[in-house]
Amino acid sequence: MSRSRRLGKTGPARRMGEPQKAETQMAEPRTVEATFDGEPLSAPVGSSVAAALIGSGRPAWRTTRDGERRGVFCGIGVCFDCLVEIDGESGQRACMIPLREGMEVRAASGPSRGAHNGAEVVE
Amino acid sequence: MTRVSPDAAAGASADDKTFDVAIVGAGPAGLAAAAEAAEAGVSVLVVDSAEQPGGQYWRHRSERAGSDDGALHHGWRDYLALRGRFDAGIAPGAIRYLPGTSVWMAESAPGGFVLRLAPAYGPGPSPAPTVRATSLVLATGGYDRQLPVPGWHLPGVMAAGGIQAFVKQNGALPGRRFVIAGTGPFLLPVAANIAQSGGSVVSVLESASLAGWLPRAHRALGVPAKGLEAAGYIAAFARHRIPYRTRSVVTEILGSGQVEAVRTARVDRDGAVVPGSQRIIEGVDGVGLGWGFTPQLELPVQLGARTRQDADGSLVAEVDAEQRSSVPGLYIAGELTGVGGAVLAVLEGAVAGRAAALTARGRGGGSAARTPELRAIARQRAFARAMHLAHPVPRGWEQHLHDDTVVCRCEEVRYGALAAARDTLAGEDSRAQKGVTRAGMGWCQGRVCGFAVSCIAGAEESGAEQPGAERTSTARSGSAPTSSVPMTAAPPVESLRQTMRRPIAQPIPLASLATLEPEAELGRD
Repeated sequence: MSRSRRLGKTGPARRMGEPQKAETQMAEPRTVEATFDGEPLSAPVGSSVAAALIGSGRPAWRTTRDGERRGVFCGIGVCFDCLVEIDGESGQRACMIPLREGMEVRAASGPSRGAHNGAEVVE
Repeated sequence: MTRVSPDAAAGASADDKTFDVAIVGAGPAGLAAAAEAAEAGVSVLVVDSAEQPGGQYWRHRSERAGSDDGALHHGWRDYLALRGRFDAGIAPGAIRYLPGTSVWMAESAPGGFVLRLAPAYGPGPSPAPTVRATSLVLATGGYDRQLPVPGWHLPGVMAAGGIQAFVKQNGALPGRRFVIAGTGPFLLPVAANIAQSGGSVVSVLESASLAGWLPRAHRALGVPAKGLEAAGYIAAFARHRIPYRTRSVVTEILGSGQVEAVRTARVDRDGAVVPGSQRIIEGVDGVGLGWGFTPQLELPVQLGARTRQDADGSLVAEVDAEQRSSVPGLYIAGELTGVGGAVLAVLEGAVAGRAAALTARGRGGGSAARTPELRAIARQRAFARAMHLAHPVPRGWEQHLHDDTVVCRCEEVRYGALAAARDTLAGEDSRAQKGVTRAGMGWCQGRVCGFAVSCIAGAEESGAEQPGAERTSTARSGSAPTSSVPMTAAPPVESLRQTMRRPIAQPIPLASLATLEPEAELGRD
């Protein structure tokens, strides 16, 4: 079911200029376990929520007011197509946020629209 | 939501709210600016919305998961060198680094600037909601410029740069079989990265004619590295058997609930479909679209910096040889001054960081830019201009749209509504279109559709203009250098300026508004 392919490119050698040495590497498992709408969602450490969703066979997770399905589009936090609810906080961009252990991800509830009159506030 | 507090990764500072130099962005330009400013001995704040430094160009695997070997990157050694200097500034506290943080408002204040910060995601206020700096460097980069096409709302369609970011960050592909389309040399590394990562690229469709390069090829000779880079892509395309078709476009993306196929065509000089050239590519689950880049100009516009329209039709900030904007103390570097790539961004960032440090120490007006840097910047800008002229946003792209094609993805405003507003309700610019149709009023605030809506709104006017007509800046003062715009679908510059006027530069949690201090506290210390 997996649509994504992982690359075999996680060389062990650390290079100059990459900080935060092994502290987190040792403490964290290689795979993160979370949930999406109550179902198990797992992904390699460092994956974005969007990558975890796509990697688990979910190319789209939001429905627009006109009934269209949307997933990730710009991939860098600009377009807001990939909105999800995370740990009760709505309006979160799945492409920007790393999946964390125990995270509760939910499909955006109701039609996701911008706030009114140009005010750009995440409610 | 749990995440590492930005403070944990940041260096200590004598006063954690006031800095000599603040830098927004930690991509190529921001990192170079930070390194130079810190090495000049001033206190530096770096605010960046991402979790780790590098920007879009050097976006890489999570440092929590292990090292990135740089296989998907160009100039990775340059990044590591810059990163080493950046980290060397963080350790002793010369640089305070706030990752995962957005600047949602920038204001001029007595003696410098005030920045309002918010977490890039998640609830609550930023640990440092308000910071001040004597001088400010903006290096916020850009994002893929988009033109709508029927079916581009389908899951599986992504910005070309979005696919690349996805691969670089996650080490995984968002699909298996891709078509990459649009214009510009950036399509090449996107396709190459997909192939390197085990995906297949059925076709790369470039709307421009490569013949456009020939009259200007001599300018590329001034930048030999670009020639080597291009040779590398040609080799990668040959190795992976990726077809590269010029004067070709995607006219429609097909699928039920997800991308399944694309309709392609050859186009003539005016962008019209060549009869008989249409074909359908089946079995596609990923499409990458990119038509150059849009610089993120919200903060320069908020601060009143003078802008102009660049050769690629984008709104960009005006700077002098020291990267000084029209606002005293405000320096701007990288894609914000004209899309030109990472090498140029690093050069500009270094000059801006040095100049901003001099200004913060009261020695502004000195010569921060060194002669070899100025020469290199001039070469890179000449190359960028040649590239823009060779890869214009093609005329005629609107011909592929249907009345029900979504243009504004957020508010689901369709082409028919925009055309009707233009033709019958005087929706002749992006602001009028926003008022009538709600285009640009959604979550992204017109970041994705702003260019296209400006083109559609100004279609009749643009069509009547002379090719190559001078379009000049009149943002604040009437006097500004001019730039000629080539035969391309460039929208009126004033309409682009309207799309960049965003009172809140980035979306923020309500908690951040609640932490707004009364104006009195922002006054003179």
